[in-house]
Amino acid sequence: MLSINNLFFGYKNTNILKDISLELHKGEILSIVGPNGTGKTSLLKCITGIHKPDCGTIMINGQDLCKMHRRNRAKSVGYVPQNSPSKFPITVFDVVLMGRRPYMTWRPLNEDLKKVAYIIESMNLKEFALRDFDQLSGGQKQKVLLARAVAQDTDYLLLDEPTSSLDLKHQLEVLELLSSLVTENNAAVMLAMHDLNLASRFSHRIVMLNKGQIICSGTPQQVMKTENIRSVYGVEAIIKQNNGYPYVLPTGTAG
Amino acid sequence: MNSDMQNICEQYKGHSTRKFIIIIFLVLVLMGTILVSLSMGASSVGFSDSLKALFTKTGLTSAIVWQLRLPRIVMAVLVGCALALAGSVFQALLKNPLASPYTLGIASSAGFGAVAAIIFGGSFYGQYLIAGSAFFFSLLASCLILGIARIKNTTPEVMILAGIAIMFLFSSLSSFLQYMGTVEQVHEIVFWFFGSLSKVGWQEISVAAVMILVPVPILIKWSWDFNLMAAGDESAKTLGVNVTGIRMGGIVFASLITAAGICFTGVIGFVGLVAPHIARMIVGSDHFFLLPSSALIGGILVLAADTLGRTCWAPQVIPLGIVTSFIGVPFYFYLLMKKKKAYW
Repeated sequence: MLSINNLFFGYKNTNILKDISLELHKGEILSIVGPNGTGKTSLLKCITGIHKPDCGTIMINGQDLCKMHRRNRAKSVGYVPQNSPSKFPITVFDVVLMGRRPYMTWRPLNEDLKKVAYIIESMNLKEFALRDFDQLSGGQKQKVLLARAVAQDTDYLLLDEPTSSLDLKHQLEVLELLSSLVTENNAAVMLAMHDLNLASRFSHRIVMLNKGQIICSGTPQQVMKTENIRSVYGVEAIIKQNNGYPYVLPTGTAG
Repeated sequence: MNSDMQNICEQYKGHSTRKFIIIIFLVLVLMGTILVSLSMGASSVGFSDSLKALFTKTGLTSAIVWQLRLPRIVMAVLVGCALALAGSVFQALLKNPLASPYTLGIASSAGFGAVAAIIFGGSFYGQYLIAGSAFFFSLLASCLILGIARIKNTTPEVMILAGIAIMFLFSSLSSFLQYMGTVEQVHEIVFWFFGSLSKVGWQEISVAAVMILVPVPILIKWSWDFNLMAAGDESAKTLGVNVTGIRMGGIVFASLITAAGICFTGVIGFVGLVAPHIARMIVGSDHFFLLPSSALIGGILVLAADTLGRTCWAPQVIPLGIVTSFIGVPFYFYLLMKKKKAYW
């Protein structure tokens, strides 16, 4: 279990995250939703160690993440950034192989190569395996970065808006892949999401943030309420039900 | 394990094997260049004679080979390796294809060190004073950059901006000193800025070799960290890389290597920028292969340049820095035009 307790984070004069406490359990997908600039990405970056929280703790199975060795941390928490600009050309295979870095000393071993080949094969990336990463489309890049995080072999996987630049089919593909990871490997996934409908459809729980604070959290049914969306997003919306999932239909800006 | 998977694995391993073969090929080219260079020079000691002289310790031929040609050759290779290696490390750490020992102002501060020693050296004036001063100032420049980077954030952009400022600072300081110097001193300074291998002996070589070769295994060990950092600091961090530490350490080592390479020989242009790019075109961006190939290519380039410089217009010797650019630039353009991909 990953638990965050009373986390505060900010840059010099601005507080980005205020008193965040939440838990992420194995076998669940948790989505963080909220307007732009509300701290979703900062929260993920605090957990992965890119940012250092000002106070509060992040614990994994009772161990303080901030005090863990960076390699061990990389073995338990994986991160998929929104995009990964690369100045120098690199093959898809090498990008996925980077996920094995926490386990390497000098060079990747044969097992690392096999593992990467297996992941590339099972994620249907083999036709690009030796192509240049920068020549792929946005959707393919996203899948490759996800493959890298899978190669990292962690229990906890954090993704920063994994669907934001993808077309409909790729969006569903990525999220279905995550769902199967969660059920098959008993992994725990935390997503920063913009699309409320996709979040409701694929998450077990949703946390709604506004201005760095948790407004509400719970199952999609509990969070996706007209009044929540009005107060957090400033948008009037109708909530519809389909197959047991709530769907948000925005009708106009509130006020 | 199914066949598709095996296939991908085999393909990837095939790529790696090919890169190993390229490195071996580069070693052979370097050795060939050394042999050719050994048999060329003012006194006509031919190919077989010079080879024989390598293994005999007496006689005039042996003296020519051991005292005149070989030190020069070894130093050329060392300097080329050093600048190319430092260039590839800087390019990876600063994520900038334009980074080289020049971009960070290290070469120009070494130049200033040499100028200061020539102008103020007075009666102590001598090669070791110049080298020592060049060495000291090049390390000073990298300390300055690291200091600035520590106060602000250690982003690559801040470092490059700081480096360019330092480069301008030290080149104008050098110009100022030259303006004050006598004609003889200015002559000496100009000569130093051209780069020359004519004054090196075995003692200088051993000093430079230790400083250049000791960091190499550490840099190779860090090659995967360099790979990850070239793809972005943030994802490198999430994959367990000590980004700040590796950047600091890498810059210290690369500066040390640069300083060791140029303090005895003067400023040798262009190798530090071009050799890493040529290597990248041939073996790709994995630093495990890139660092050794880049070093080998740098060594070959500088040695070829020096051999041409001292033979094609003999007995006149064309300064090394000039010939290096003459050879390097066309070759670089050729590869640039030939490249298949958007980058290489």
